[in-house]
Amino acid sequence: MLRFVVRRVVGAVAVLFAISVLVFLIFNVVPATNPAQRIAGKNANPQLIENVEKEWGFDKSLPEQYWTQMKLIFTGQVTSYSQAHINIDQRILEGIPATASLCIGAAIIWLSLGILFGYLSAIRAGGLTDRALTVLALVGISMPVFWLASILLYYFTYKIELFPSNGYEPLSHPGRWFSHLILPWITLAVLFVGFYSRVLRSSMLDVMNEDYVRTARAKGLSNRRVMVRHVLRNSLIPIITLFGLDFGAVIGGGAIVTEYLFNIEGVGLFTAEALKQQDFPSIMAVAMFGAFFIVLFNTLVDFAYAYLDPRIRLGTSAA
Amino acid sequence: MSVTPETAPVTAGAGGPLLAVENLRVGFATEDGRVQAVDGVNFELEAGEVLAIVGESGSGKSVTAQTIIGLTRSPNSHIEGSVRLRGEELTTQSEAQLQSVRGSQIAMIFQDPMTSLNPVYTVGRQIVEAIRAHHSQVGRKEAHAQAIELLGAVGIPEPERRVDDYPHEFSGGMRQRAMIAMGLALEPSVLIADEPTTALDVTIQAQILRLIQDLNRGRGLATILITHDLGVVAEVADRVLVMYAGKVVEQGTLDDIFYDPQHPYTWGLLGSLTRLDRPRPHRLPQISGAPPSLLRLPSGCAFRPRCPHEFAECKEVPGLLPRLPEDPNHLDRCQLTPEQKRRLREVEGRIGLEEPA
Repeated sequence: MLRFVVRRVVGAVAVLFAISVLVFLIFNVVPATNPAQRIAGKNANPQLIENVEKEWGFDKSLPEQYWTQMKLIFTGQVTSYSQAHINIDQRILEGIPATASLCIGAAIIWLSLGILFGYLSAIRAGGLTDRALTVLALVGISMPVFWLASILLYYFTYKIELFPSNGYEPLSHPGRWFSHLILPWITLAVLFVGFYSRVLRSSMLDVMNEDYVRTARAKGLSNRRVMVRHVLRNSLIPIITLFGLDFGAVIGGGAIVTEYLFNIEGVGLFTAEALKQQDFPSIMAVAMFGAFFIVLFNTLVDFAYAYLDPRIRLGTSAA
Repeated sequence: MSVTPETAPVTAGAGGPLLAVENLRVGFATEDGRVQAVDGVNFELEAGEVLAIVGESGSGKSVTAQTIIGLTRSPNSHIEGSVRLRGEELTTQSEAQLQSVRGSQIAMIFQDPMTSLNPVYTVGRQIVEAIRAHHSQVGRKEAHAQAIELLGAVGIPEPERRVDDYPHEFSGGMRQRAMIAMGLALEPSVLIADEPTTALDVTIQAQILRLIQDLNRGRGLATILITHDLGVVAEVADRVLVMYAGKVVEQGTLDDIFYDPQHPYTWGLLGSLTRLDRPRPHRLPQISGAPPSLLRLPSGCAFRPRCPHEFAECKEVPGLLPRLPEDPNHLDRCQLTPEQKRRLREVEGRIGLEEPA
């Protein structure tokens, strides 16, 4: 198992390195125009452009440029010139509590409801509950996030004034934190609830036909135990894969629209601003930030996998 | 459901049989209509006996076995007839009542040991689960110790170490042993083995059969052995049911079936067996054609389209009757006279189905 962990961590670091090289190439080498000019912003004077050239190492060789830029990003010295000379790393760090609150809360909702609905759907496959949940899931999957957010805001904050309209409140005021986040959580989670319940349903229906489920019944286990311990347990593997990918992606930028619509000052909103301003250093830093979370959660998923399916442990130690 | 002479059970021993299956019919609703997978099966099983149910794929032998412990219950299935364990009716029991019978009184092992154990739990844990499902007062540690003992009893070396292995760390033969150990955990009185050796290679087959035989003799474990392999039957069975298209076409003792088979289908099965004690045939004989679709059974005898000895009376459904005056416990469904059968089944000095040249 230790070998497995080490192998995966080394793999993750290698992937992150590859991503950083790609990001570097895409932002600094591929475009034909002077990168320093783009970094300095639209209204830059020649002096500023020259400073940026020095700071980012554009007067040196490509490997040195890469090294200089990564050092800037990872030591928290990268400055945005388009957005009032703010420190980008500082802004990303400041945005993390809001983004994490949004994403973790939404993930708890979508995982628990997705698994609950998928389970109910599968054990009553073909019945009325299943059909109703299927329709609900399709509605959830089909609803555009911006539309759902507008509808929720209109009814719950404007019409019946149940929840405050927008913004983010820090966790130090748990009540306000919760009431400000409930609508964004729902908005972000609905799509995933629909999707996960469908995936779990079909995965469970497959597993129900497995021989070991028949064995479990033949040993006299109760129906619930067969369903939970054998069917659900084995059906969670594809859900874990999806979750790792989705959660990493949501933290790393997937929540942009939700943060924007509810005016939550997280990493997503910062990204949206950066994109609007064509603020390249910020976009680069955010891309690295997103990549980090996606790789991190994929690695965690691999560990969860090994826990859920012992055959995977063997597969790697034998390889 | 009246008990006609056709369905009259084989004479019961004193105090009634351990397991009695009476006029069991299992139908499944499918998109193409109702499939009568099992159509009136009767048999009895005494303690310590090995009953073999033989037939091709689709003959209804596995469905019969699974119906005994209620595994075929579903909204699409229709089950009639009676299954009694020590006189107690099982077909009308609730799912919860049946759960207490499954595993603890009737254990079942399956064809493919590769897929019959859950890959994500250790072998020991799956045995512990079976024990604790029926005896919740048994602690985990105690059940674990029992699991080790059981694995040792079925011939798994170093059971203390192997008990914590996952199924994929076991070989096929060991997995089937583990399945048997799990089946034995609650000391059931009946073991249903559904093609227990089909997925194993020949040397392992023999070991598993010997294990089943030892358990049968040593513990008096009544066994229903489902198989399509007459070689397996010859090794261990006391009595044999031959099934075809959902019906029993012949039943008798092992010697009846092997030395005096009455039904042409049985001749065909015996003829396709390679035997080392007979001259080698040019080509291994086979039963021509395929089993009939259960949706469109031929009228009369279901074996008629494949039988070279068909005659006028085969258009009527034959009953399962004792047709040999000297042997009332040997039943079959073929209308030929015993003399005709004796004459027709000998092909080139051995039992076979082919038309005499």
